[in-house]
Amino acid sequence: MADVTQQETGADLPDGDAAREWLETMMLIRRFEERAGEMYAKAKVGGFLHLAIGEEATIVGAVRAMRDDDYLISTYRSHGHALARGSDPKRVMAELFGRDDGVSHGRGGSMHMFDLDNRFMGGYGIVGGNLPLAAGMALSSDYQGKDEVTVCVFGDGAANQGTFGETLNLAALWRLPVVFMVTNNQFGMGTALERHSAQTDLHRRGDGFGVPGMRCDGMDVVETHEVMREAIRRARDDRCPILVEAITYRFRGHSMADPEEYRSKEQVAEWRKRDPIPNFAERIGLDEGEVERLDQEAVKRVDEAVAFADKAKFPPPESLYDHIYVLGDQVRGWYSVDERSAGVHRGEHERQLAEAERGPTDHYHQAVEAAGREDVGEEKPADEAQAEDDDAESA
Amino acid sequence: MAVMRYREALNQALREEMQRDERVFLMGEDIGVFNGAFKVTAGLLEEFGEKRVRDTPISENTIVGMGVGAAMAGLRPVVELMTINFSLLAMDQIVNHMATIHYMFGGQARVPMVVRMPQGAGHQLGPTHSHCLEALYLHVPGMLLAVPSTAADAKGLLKAAIRDDNPVVFIEHEYLYGQRGDVPEDDDHLIDFGQAAVRREGEDVTIVGISRMAVTAEKAADILAKEHEIEAEVIDPRTLRPLDLDTILESVRKTNRAVIVEEGWPHGGVGANLAALIQEQAFDHLDAPIARVTGADLPMPYSKPLEQIAYPHEPQVVEAVLATFRDL
Repeated sequence: MADVTQQETGADLPDGDAAREWLETMMLIRRFEERAGEMYAKAKVGGFLHLAIGEEATIVGAVRAMRDDDYLISTYRSHGHALARGSDPKRVMAELFGRDDGVSHGRGGSMHMFDLDNRFMGGYGIVGGNLPLAAGMALSSDYQGKDEVTVCVFGDGAANQGTFGETLNLAALWRLPVVFMVTNNQFGMGTALERHSAQTDLHRRGDGFGVPGMRCDGMDVVETHEVMREAIRRARDDRCPILVEAITYRFRGHSMADPEEYRSKEQVAEWRKRDPIPNFAERIGLDEGEVERLDQEAVKRVDEAVAFADKAKFPPPESLYDHIYVLGDQVRGWYSVDERSAGVHRGEHERQLAEAERGPTDHYHQAVEAAGREDVGEEKPADEAQAEDDDAESA
Repeated sequence: MAVMRYREALNQALREEMQRDERVFLMGEDIGVFNGAFKVTAGLLEEFGEKRVRDTPISENTIVGMGVGAAMAGLRPVVELMTINFSLLAMDQIVNHMATIHYMFGGQARVPMVVRMPQGAGHQLGPTHSHCLEALYLHVPGMLLAVPSTAADAKGLLKAAIRDDNPVVFIEHEYLYGQRGDVPEDDDHLIDFGQAAVRREGEDVTIVGISRMAVTAEKAADILAKEHEIEAEVIDPRTLRPLDLDTILESVRKTNRAVIVEEGWPHGGVGANLAALIQEQAFDHLDAPIARVTGADLPMPYSKPLEQIAYPHEPQVVEAVLATFRDL
């Protein structure tokens, strides 16, 4: 087998504070996803809803192995990635609720979270569609002489898309610093791995493209972190793509509309014994009271997120056409029609004039730059965070 | 002013914009060592090196997708697809991502990139290399669409496209690559998107020509003047998104007749859309039904005599214009 790292069990535990933070984040994701499911059942959330319950260790293990200036790009199962990367749970929940305060201002929904400030470059609804984008981001880093790495998360089903082969080839050919992380949760929707893939050791599918493969137990946050840290280091230092396969399992259906007829209750029960959250809590030696306290804290944050989302406003109807185009002084004329009129839409013209008065702006790339400059580990002052919490409670 | 071919004007636009902005780089199949299938990128690898002129594998969807990712992360990619038919392999990235990301993420992400592709019949390349598919891209909101028909427009629009913060589909024409025209040599020769060109003024009928058909329409107008005493106003919209509808409507209100000429298919075509817009806004000014002259409704055949009758030439345009008068 070419260049496959089989990780020994028993990777070093992180220190106490980090371990606790990993656990907190996994708990936050778990509780967030559970509540999102409930809100879906209450029709507060529309569309499709794909939950990552069971896959928390793959998310936290990977994201905590990244630097703040690295890029993360994910799939339609991406609430957890946004949360782990630092997005405010209130704004992620507000996006699910379709509100203007959502991370994508209600344009994206569950499958299309985005948070530029935290370099979370989006959830994407097209299976395998995000791989080329990831390689492009890595190309941008490389082109600009920056040592950022892009981490690209996708599922086992995406490994069968043409973009998988095309992108791995190109990334290897151009020596791009990107880690392709396939979260092998055993099913592409309802089709089991052995029914959709001739080579079921997915980390070996990079061999033919010259992309080294690594594998980790995706139910173990410590091992996932260890393998991803090494993969990211190699991508950064050796200037090459790495394919990491995280073996995991989703405890819930593919989406909320999934009767789960393709797998047995026994199989699900067997995997649930490997639940990454209680196993990790036990491993870092937290007593039951402490675990309970952390869990209550996660529940409280999710409660606040729901309260915030429920009160947040829907995007106003007059904003329907916002953000189709970047309106500056270059582009003029007639953009799009709806069924009522073929004229310039009200609002577009006025904004265009306003921009022309202000002169050309480049907030976006300034923000990209700013996100890259932020120091690793920089956090919001505690009093500011507390003030926000107080606001939410009094709201 | 300098006289140069359309392909040379494009080459000059790329060179000037690459000199102007370090973030601009090129990706595409055989654009470097081979100098481009249609030689548009000739000499650029030599001048700018492999970092900025990147030969890619034959992976259209991924090339475009990488352009999208690179644009989101601060660069300004110009992607060349060898023909518009090959762009169909990249339809996923073009429609689902390139055109959509700015909106989908609430305005946070920008995708300042250009995807260039040539189209058109006349070289006997058969049913997979000869089509005119601007209507497919016109259909998609979120990106700009240019269809230049002269060397000067090719240069000015490509430079404007590269400087624009929106994604742009830039459709060239294989027949036009060898055509010569006057081109301003000014480094800042930019043509605004959404400004049609009136190629010929006239009082009797408005002919709108798309892409290469703007040239065909102009030739047809000369015949109409010489042989039929009809003075046609010929309009080349130059960009379809944004579309300079005002200039077209103003002309139709003056001439009271409209003929739209395009090389693409008739159903759901550019002309179908334009005819709807004109009748919605200038119905009372029309003295005859709006006429369309389009490519034949079939996959492009290889055999020369068949190919020649499968896309519009001047006689069809003349005939369509005369028909708008016979309808009186």
